Amino acid sequence: MATALEKPPVIAERTPAAGPRSGFRRYWHLYAAISPFYLLFLAFGLVPVGFSLYLSFHRWDGLGSMEWAGLSQYQYLLSDSDFWSSIGNTLLIWALATFPMIFLAMVTAVMLNSAVRFKNGYRFAYFLPNVTSVVAIAIVFGSVFSTNFGLVNALLQAVGLDQVAWLNTPWGIKVAIATLMTWQWTGYNAIIFLAGLQTIPGELYEAARVDGANPVQTFFRITLPMLRPTLLFVLVVSTVTGLQSFTEAQVLLQNTSNDSTFSGGPDHAGRTMVLYFFQQTFDNNDFGYGAAVAWGIFLVVVIFSIINWRLVQRRGED
Amino acid sequence: MASLQHTRRPRGIKGTRGRGIALHAVLIAGLLLSAFPFYWAVIMSTHTSSEIFSYPPKLLPGSHFLQNLRSLFDNIDFFGSMLNSLLVASAVTFLVLFFDSLAAFVFAKFDFPGRRALFVLLMAIFMVPTQMAIIPQFVMMAKIGWIGSMTALIVPAAANAFGIFWMRQYMRSAIHDELLDASRIDGANFLRQYWHVALPVVRPGLAFLGIFTFMGQWNDYAWPLVALTNPDNVTLQVALSQLNGVHGTTDYGMVMTGALLALVPLLVVFAIGAKQIIGDLGKGAIR
Repeated sequence: MATALEKPPVIAERTPAAGPRSGFRRYWHLYAAISPFYLLFLAFGLVPVGFSLYLSFHRWDGLGSMEWAGLSQYQYLLSDSDFWSSIGNTLLIWALATFPMIFLAMVTAVMLNSAVRFKNGYRFAYFLPNVTSVVAIAIVFGSVFSTNFGLVNALLQAVGLDQVAWLNTPWGIKVAIATLMTWQWTGYNAIIFLAGLQTIPGELYEAARVDGANPVQTFFRITLPMLRPTLLFVLVVSTVTGLQSFTEAQVLLQNTSNDSTFSGGPDHAGRTMVLYFFQQTFDNNDFGYGAAVAWGIFLVVVIFSIINWRLVQRRGED
Repeated sequence: MASLQHTRRPRGIKGTRGRGIALHAVLIAGLLLSAFPFYWAVIMSTHTSSEIFSYPPKLLPGSHFLQNLRSLFDNIDFFGSMLNSLLVASAVTFLVLFFDSLAAFVFAKFDFPGRRALFVLLMAIFMVPTQMAIIPQFVMMAKIGWIGSMTALIVPAAANAFGIFWMRQYMRSAIHDELLDASRIDGANFLRQYWHVALPVVRPGLAFLGIFTFMGQWNDYAWPLVALTNPDNVTLQVALSQLNGVHGTTDYGMVMTGALLALVPLLVVFAIGAKQIIGDLGKGAIR
């Protein structure tokens, strides 16, 4: 695959003056086919993103005049312990949700792929958690994890355990948010894995069976390697969306604290990076610093996406 | 291929009957876990708010569903906003399926100068926190005059990095190079290859993207809330959010009734599209 990434030698054969033009003429239909996304970004994305970058070098309360701030917003960001703790919260919630989720999703997909009967019914039910809006789900989970009236605590009490103030302790908050995310996204990722499993040719499994491979060997030697593009997709998307999560925490915790809807609950234990961005921007009206926080978030997301990409991809592939 | 399976499927099952039962037991446990919060939502939608927040928790449906339904319809234009949601979600889904699969086909199967750089750019755009763009985007849309209309929701969403990334990954394993080479030798041009070779093979991948796009648009909340400035002409999720604090405090029974009812069209779309995801039982791997 590595060689396919180099520029085709054809271009070099043309005369230097006509080089780039003829290259474009040769490939114009390919550029045209991918252009809608980039054109839409140019039209609707570039200006807002550029404006946010511009903002991050200024001080602005949203009403008065902007004041040049140079790199000071970023300097402050590096020393802002609240931002660092929001990174920690986000990563912890992300890890608590993502790893069980990917494991469960893959197991579910393999089981669904091998279960012959009721496949449609299962698939339908497993996708259900993902079809409803996060806001409604968060209300349901808020009720389930409620300290005094919730089902989880009623169950704990029924088996003789102490009740837990789920939405009032730092780790309880994280567990509740991660549980919500795992519940919402496991079936969705199972369906993605299932779609990936469907592209694996049946002949490969036939060959493995003839060779006497047991199910575990078949999984690690055939299923997992063939599923690599899908796994890469799931991991990168989980990273990008998981590290930018905020609705879950906001709706779950909005009533547990009285200082702000973006506070992330007691001790800010559920304050994710994006919640911190909202807090700085809309509660403090600190638009310049908010923009710097947004670019900090972008950097964190990029770093972790690259790490995950490298983990899944073999060397030489893109 | 079909004949191969006929000879091997019965044998595989007969030998593993006990395993089959265990498999279904696990799958049913997962199913109950998945469905439980829905059951809980049904319970909430059939009780009054004060019943919901009482101890012990209510485990069976109550009798207030019709009252909740009535106050839901009294407070918002449920079906009008549902039509808006249908329009936006259908239009975006159609556009995304076309533009994303076309771009993904190029990224997955063709080589051209700048391919790698353009793909890295696409992934970088995917990673930009979109929340930060919401204010400047509103200002821009206001200048074009799209604020308050559904156009502001449809056009910017017509193609996205997520779908291109997904279809590219899917096409990499689903479309075999031999198939493309054969069609090229037959003289098929790029569009014919896309339409007649690629699309038929990737229908499960498209079905997933279609369902997910429709769902995402249906449930999208932040941008419609900002962009649809006329409270009488909004999408369903925005209308539902108007229910919060209608009578001073939030009537959770009514809110959950609305949320459940908003789910019905999604379930229909999912039921239609889901058939494509697994496809016929004869296809793919059976162990």
